[in-house]
Amino acid sequence: MPMDTYEFNDVIHRCFRCGYCKFPTNWMDVNNCPPYARFRMEPYSCGGRLWLTRAWLNEALDWSEHLAEILYSCTTCRNCEVKCPLSFNADIVNMVVAARSEMIEQGKVPRAVKKFLENIDLHGNPYGSGRSKRNAWMEGTETQGYNGQEHLYYVGCTGSYDTRAQKSARALGMLLGKAGVSFGVLGNEENCDGNEVHKLGETGLFEMLAQGNIEHFNSLGAKKIITLSPHAYNAMKNLYPRYSGDFQVFHYTRLLLELIKEGRLDVSGGFDAQVTYHDPCFLGRWNEEYETPRRILTALPSLRLVEMDKNRDAALCCGGGAGNFEIDLLGGSNSSPARRRVRQAAETGATVLAVACPKCLVMLEDALKAEELEGKLAIKDIAEILAEAGGIQ
Amino acid sequence: MKSIYQALVDIVDAEHASDRPEELYIYSFDLGTAEPHRPDYVVAPRTTGQVQEIVRLANREKVPVVPLGGGLSLAGLAVPLRGGILVDLKRMDSILEVNERGRYAVLECGVSQAQLTSYLARHHPRLTHSEPGAPPTATVAGNVLIHGQGDLAQPYGFNSDQINGLEVVLPTGEVCRFGSCAIGVSWFTNHPLPDVGLFFGWCGTTGIVTRLSIRLYPAKRIRGVGQFVVEDEELVPEIIGKITATQMAEDVIAYSRAIPPFGLGLQHFTVNIAADSEKELEFKQELIWDDTLGEYISRGDGGYLGFTRGLEHPQISKTSDYKKGGGFEYVGSIMPIEKYPECYRKGREISERHDIPYTVTGRCIGVGHSMMFAWTYAFNRADPETMNQARKALHETDDLVLELGGVIWKPGTYGQQLIIDRLDPGTRELMRRIKAVLDPGGIMNPGNWEGI
Amino acid sequence: MFALQFDEDKCLRCEGQDCLAKCQYIHSEPGGAGKEMVKIARGEDSFVLHECVTCYGCEEYCPMGNHPFYLIVERQEVLGISPVPRPLIKRAVNLGVPFRGEPAAKEINGPVLNMAAFSELTPLIQGKLFEGLPVISTDGRKMFHYFCQLMYLHYGRSSIINERLPGIIATIERHRPTKVVCFHDECYGTYASYCPAVGIDVPFTPIHFYEYLYDRLTQLKELIRPVGLKVAYQRPCSSRLSPDKHLFVGEIFRLIGAEEVRREYVDENALCCGGTIQGQRREGSRKRAAGIQNRNIEDMKKAGAEVCVFNCPACLQTLGGMVAREGIRPVHMSDLCRFAIGETPAGWEVTR
Repeated sequence: MPMDTYEFNDVIHRCFRCGYCKFPTNWMDVNNCPPYARFRMEPYSCGGRLWLTRAWLNEALDWSEHLAEILYSCTTCRNCEVKCPLSFNADIVNMVVAARSEMIEQGKVPRAVKKFLENIDLHGNPYGSGRSKRNAWMEGTETQGYNGQEHLYYVGCTGSYDTRAQKSARALGMLLGKAGVSFGVLGNEENCDGNEVHKLGETGLFEMLAQGNIEHFNSLGAKKIITLSPHAYNAMKNLYPRYSGDFQVFHYTRLLLELIKEGRLDVSGGFDAQVTYHDPCFLGRWNEEYETPRRILTALPSLRLVEMDKNRDAALCCGGGAGNFEIDLLGGSNSSPARRRVRQAAETGATVLAVACPKCLVMLEDALKAEELEGKLAIKDIAEILAEAGGIQ
Repeated sequence: MKSIYQALVDIVDAEHASDRPEELYIYSFDLGTAEPHRPDYVVAPRTTGQVQEIVRLANREKVPVVPLGGGLSLAGLAVPLRGGILVDLKRMDSILEVNERGRYAVLECGVSQAQLTSYLARHHPRLTHSEPGAPPTATVAGNVLIHGQGDLAQPYGFNSDQINGLEVVLPTGEVCRFGSCAIGVSWFTNHPLPDVGLFFGWCGTTGIVTRLSIRLYPAKRIRGVGQFVVEDEELVPEIIGKITATQMAEDVIAYSRAIPPFGLGLQHFTVNIAADSEKELEFKQELIWDDTLGEYISRGDGGYLGFTRGLEHPQISKTSDYKKGGGFEYVGSIMPIEKYPECYRKGREISERHDIPYTVTGRCIGVGHSMMFAWTYAFNRADPETMNQARKALHETDDLVLELGGVIWKPGTYGQQLIIDRLDPGTRELMRRIKAVLDPGGIMNPGNWEGI
Repeated sequence: MFALQFDEDKCLRCEGQDCLAKCQYIHSEPGGAGKEMVKIARGEDSFVLHECVTCYGCEEYCPMGNHPFYLIVERQEVLGISPVPRPLIKRAVNLGVPFRGEPAAKEINGPVLNMAAFSELTPLIQGKLFEGLPVISTDGRKMFHYFCQLMYLHYGRSSIINERLPGIIATIERHRPTKVVCFHDECYGTYASYCPAVGIDVPFTPIHFYEYLYDRLTQLKELIRPVGLKVAYQRPCSSRLSPDKHLFVGEIFRLIGAEEVRREYVDENALCCGGTIQGQRREGSRKRAAGIQNRNIEDMKKAGAEVCVFNCPACLQTLGGMVAREGIRPVHMSDLCRFAIGETPAGWEVTR
């Protein structure tokens, strides 16, 4: 049975379903596991998911589309790993990913997941848009192609194709240009970084993407990579080294903070607003970077930073991880994590919700509309905020 | 004619009613050794009105109704023994009111322990409630209904003694209120109106509590835990007696365990102390450690291990990993404190005979009026033999409780039968009549208090 | 089997009688120390055996290197005079029992850093200061296989130390280390002071953690930016076993630009953290410990310390919260050194 070859077959039975994983680090509610927050039925909690997975691997439960959706509803936000008090906690997401790999091996995945993976395989992005459109975001900008510059600016699929996220991609390009950073982009030659593919359990496709990118970057002599998305940052920093991808990888916020400190980015124009910041999972819980984005924001005159109750490692995931920004297993209700998050932001009295991830940007912007909070709250990427502060349009 | 499933969907919505294998599978389990039983349907209501409709539907269709809170009784009390409709109450999780002057909170039945603790810490930091040692996902209501005890048990008694009122959906679908709320005033007192006792300890067989008002207590600025240790278990009752006589402690627990090894063969005490100033803290510490326990220290019989500030959420889940197996269950009992030494010795012997590292705990309730004594048995969920051993040890321990002169707390069906066999016939007859009056259809969590 | 090399004549010849003269916790008649130590050596009872708070100080004070503290502990055990109540002794003895399987012994054939019973502090060991240095005892479930046992000096149980230590040394030896950098200076004291004193063979060279840090900081000198902090040092009792290495505290502070504040309770006059004193049998021990702790912290405050630097995790656990409540930031020495070379310390959010 599948359990015999399952990588974590000596661990998965150890979940007691105590439910700590539902809480954030500040214990304020049981709505910090995104699928459980969405559905509030036990199968969708982390513990429920692990028990069902174990039952399926032991052939005590048949596969069904519902079971697969439960397994794929996990956004790999890592809240459970941070909260679980038991010694196997670092492997919880790995267990979910390994079970997904098993489903993929059997060819049994939800339709939307299948489409997502096929699109990446065929078109290099999950939207199914043509490769020739990948550089459309660059139109009208001064951003150059990569040709041996010091930094490779890796934009990613969402920043390249999503019309809302393109604005943040452009804003970052303008900021880097204004600061005199030596950088270039891959344009249509850019391919998906594979982070979501990895989290969806398609290890074969991920390896192909990773190795392909590594070869490509090496052939161009790229050593330093700036990513727009924390998802790409996570993949290139933590996963690519397994395939000898040895690069210096920065999430763009790290670079922008240095540029501000060195005076190469003028932020004296300030940003007169009450702002709250949403910690993206792949920057926060995955890579423990909570402070750099906040230091950027507090460097802006007139900006008043307020925190949501759930901040830093207690942040509620926007619900977009593991491909869900497109697969969308958690939408369609005011209980969706994105809508909850936007309400939490509004409660602080902030007029701007700052993000540092294009997927969070897209998810929260859609939620804002669903919550009818347009006009009261705006979602802005940090790059957009800095561009405004610097008077760059 | 509408199916039961469709009727449930009409009451809640399609996302919160299910007859699919995945929901039926998960909701068939208790986290301990109780055998799983599948419900036929799972439903998660949001309002009291929805609960009423579910119960009326169940009466019409003559199917059981099984109410579920946190699902952490570890006695199988929310396992659908006869199938039926499993009602997951955790979506009803609003904190409706906190009255600072009157020191009470009105909660829906699905509010979890940690949610309340966190809410009070943020909005009413001078108030606290008696938080039990269960994982913090346990519901406040569920714990009250099984006569739970928390970290204020020593001054204030059982959590079921700390209730000002209830809103209940009866097995026939009516809503009733008990306590001052029943006459339309605030939820500030239970007495002097007729008792709410029809629902505590009844294992969900007399109705579904949808709201409750619980008493809150002063939260002092400094709260922490002092630790003491002795080797001779015979000293434990007298030490508890002496500590409680000072009236300076908030929670007094004695425990002994094989893992980690430093606990083996020793009796540790945790004594919670709270104070609003360093002066008050030092005064209480002096009274307890120096004046009261000093004699044990200078004789070399007892050791003081220091005082640590801050109270942590319970880490009881770690016990589930003792056999690296994701499982444990315990027999809880309410015992006279003088029985501690025997409880320890006999419990240790049962554990060792079943190859389980022993863990025993006694929490003082009231000023030494009784203790909740628990024997915990870990098992490996992937190894049925260890579950078997744990089950045997649990049953033996249920027998032991009564043998030693205690009462089984939150009994599963095995323990319920032991109690029924010993019940005063008049009491038994009254319980039977109450059940028949409240639940003529016999739909409320059947299988529990069966054969009464 | 192992016997303390104690020479009565040294005590009788000793002019200063510093072991008791300098003791901060026992009051004795001037010139009476030598007599008391000889009494103890001859198996007789003495007030010293009952009043010793186990601060290890006399190991440092003794100008003859005659190990007065090790003698006190040995004799306490023989005469059944333990400084702590019996349940605390049993608890401590059980605590050190390794109860998870044998650790994997990777052969290193070079220098190693031994975390001993502090595997959980392995996150402190990262960055350039420790690059290329293999670390042993990183698994918290098996760390008691590397536990130096010297803690039992506080419990009057030399026999436990002598019984278990050869096995511990054998476990370390399986890694084939040439030098062993000891994370906690009590380990260093075990291998550099206690073992020679009782005749236990040590087949590797123990290196004091601060000596290692100082050498490494010197190599990375160009990375050092002066920390500009006023620091106090909480000297652990075990430091008294290696007084020749204590100078590295000041050397490191000078190197990293930390200003060591001028205190009364410093160096030879340093105060014990009180962690073991609070549980002792002697009447008033809890208050005695609290009094010592208050004096210690008031001294730090009066001297203007911003930071209290620790070596010993037990001192940090006992005093860390207390100093923090008084507005002094507790930090481990290695974290301070990492901060000095521009790294973000594991246990300390840097805001400057």
